[in-house]
Amino acid sequence: MGFIIQTVQLSKKFRDFVALDHLDISVEEGEIFSLLGPNGAGKTTAIKLLTTLLTPSSGDAFIDGISIVKHPFKVRSLIGYVPQMLSADGTLTGYENLILFAKLYDIPPKEAKQRVKQSLEFMNLGEFAHKAVKTYSGGMIRRLEIAQSMLHRPKVLFLDEPTTGLDPIGVKTVWQHILELKQQFNTTILLTTHVMEEADKLSNHIAFLSRGKLAAIGTPTSLKATLNKQDVSLEDVFIYYTKESLDSEKGFHDIVTNRKTTSRLG
Amino acid sequence: MKFLKKTFAITEMEAMKIFHDPTEIFMRAVQPALWLLIFGQVFQRMHPMNGNISYIDFMTPGILAQSVLFISIFYGIAIIWERDLGLTHKFLVTPTPRTALVLGKALSAGLRSVPVMIIVYLLALLLNVKLNRHPLQVMTVLLLVVLGSVLFSTFSLVIACLVKTRERFMGIGQVLTMPLFFASNAIYPIDIMPGWLKTISHINPLTYMIDALRACMLQGQPRTNLWQDLCVLIMVSVALVITGGMLYKRVIS
Repeated sequence: MGFIIQTVQLSKKFRDFVALDHLDISVEEGEIFSLLGPNGAGKTTAIKLLTTLLTPSSGDAFIDGISIVKHPFKVRSLIGYVPQMLSADGTLTGYENLILFAKLYDIPPKEAKQRVKQSLEFMNLGEFAHKAVKTYSGGMIRRLEIAQSMLHRPKVLFLDEPTTGLDPIGVKTVWQHILELKQQFNTTILLTTHVMEEADKLSNHIAFLSRGKLAAIGTPTSLKATLNKQDVSLEDVFIYYTKESLDSEKGFHDIVTNRKTTSRLG
Repeated sequence: MKFLKKTFAITEMEAMKIFHDPTEIFMRAVQPALWLLIFGQVFQRMHPMNGNISYIDFMTPGILAQSVLFISIFYGIAIIWERDLGLTHKFLVTPTPRTALVLGKALSAGLRSVPVMIIVYLLALLLNVKLNRHPLQVMTVLLLVVLGSVLFSTFSLVIACLVKTRERFMGIGQVLTMPLFFASNAIYPIDIMPGWLKTISHINPLTYMIDALRACMLQGQPRTNLWQDLCVLIMVSVALVITGGMLYKRVIS
């Protein structure tokens, strides 16, 4: 079977620090694949390598069979990317933001206008199209970003913590739109998240990273089954597979405990 | 073709931003007005120029160049801002040549300089400067203003890619502007400079820009060096745009 994303011993070192250590993952076309792991596990590094923002120290990865090392320029027209921080030019309108990117992705002007309108409608931003982005809420900016990343109909969409910092309604809308995108365009989606519920609901496959290494991989159900207990949540799986790093770095432990508390209360 | 289309897409975006909030354009008119209406007027009374050119005539092209320099030299901070906003990451994942991103921004610095050029011309008319009003000459001045903006804004972007933080960038920007201005023929001729300053002024691109501006803006000025000036400005700009394209990615690492 051909994989749409395949990493081969993909590694990235920053001076002495190994951010990603010989990662081997394969993602099937049309699926939603989640990368999970504590802060500093290498999720964002993996995404930055796959989106050609960073160059690997060793190893390679292939997007639709094209090497990110040998042909980064070709890879760029196949992928869409929504970075972790909410980012759009606040002084421009939503429409103007999208038109700019349509041009950078070589979409012919006539079609660009049509697609921009369509995608704004699709993301329920139609009535705000000509308002400056600085007046948007966080959830709206995120939806605008997703619209932007889909303009050129990429084969693979990379979402780095797509719902971090959004209110519950924003989160639910973004989830819904991610699922719709997958259905309508058969886009493969690779996302990172700290919200276990999000990974559980959306993903076909999940990979756990711990200190730059692959700790476990499988479907949400199969991963839960590995614990051999009843009523296992994905959070338990997370803690089980990343425990080693949690023990040695207490700070991370606190973060996860806090997150568990918040999600239980929320 | 694609290269130019993408370059202009970036420039157009910047033009749109100016259009949405044009106040900065007016603020930029203050500085050249102060130099021409106060500094120039006072210095004029000392009759510093011997020969057939009045001091105010002499300094007008210099002040235009200075305005272009001041607009452009802090331009690089935009890339640091956009990096912090996450926009740079998004530009870099598009199939756009880095040099197009650099040149697009640089041309928009040129766009911001055009209103200042108009203001300096208006002030010059007010002060009875012997302007050369031949359309071809005015067009050449416009070209020089855009070229100078491209040069200094790309220089600024190169520095921004190297220092990566706002604080360091602002520090370096301050350190660079005045020396570039003083080591040029903007407000005094090269002939009267001490030897060491003459040498520096000859490697200062601003000198070449002012020399060319003086030849085109004013009546009856020698034009012997015009082509040489243009060649220097174009070559330095091209070299800087290529360097900027190579360094662009560094700002996110």
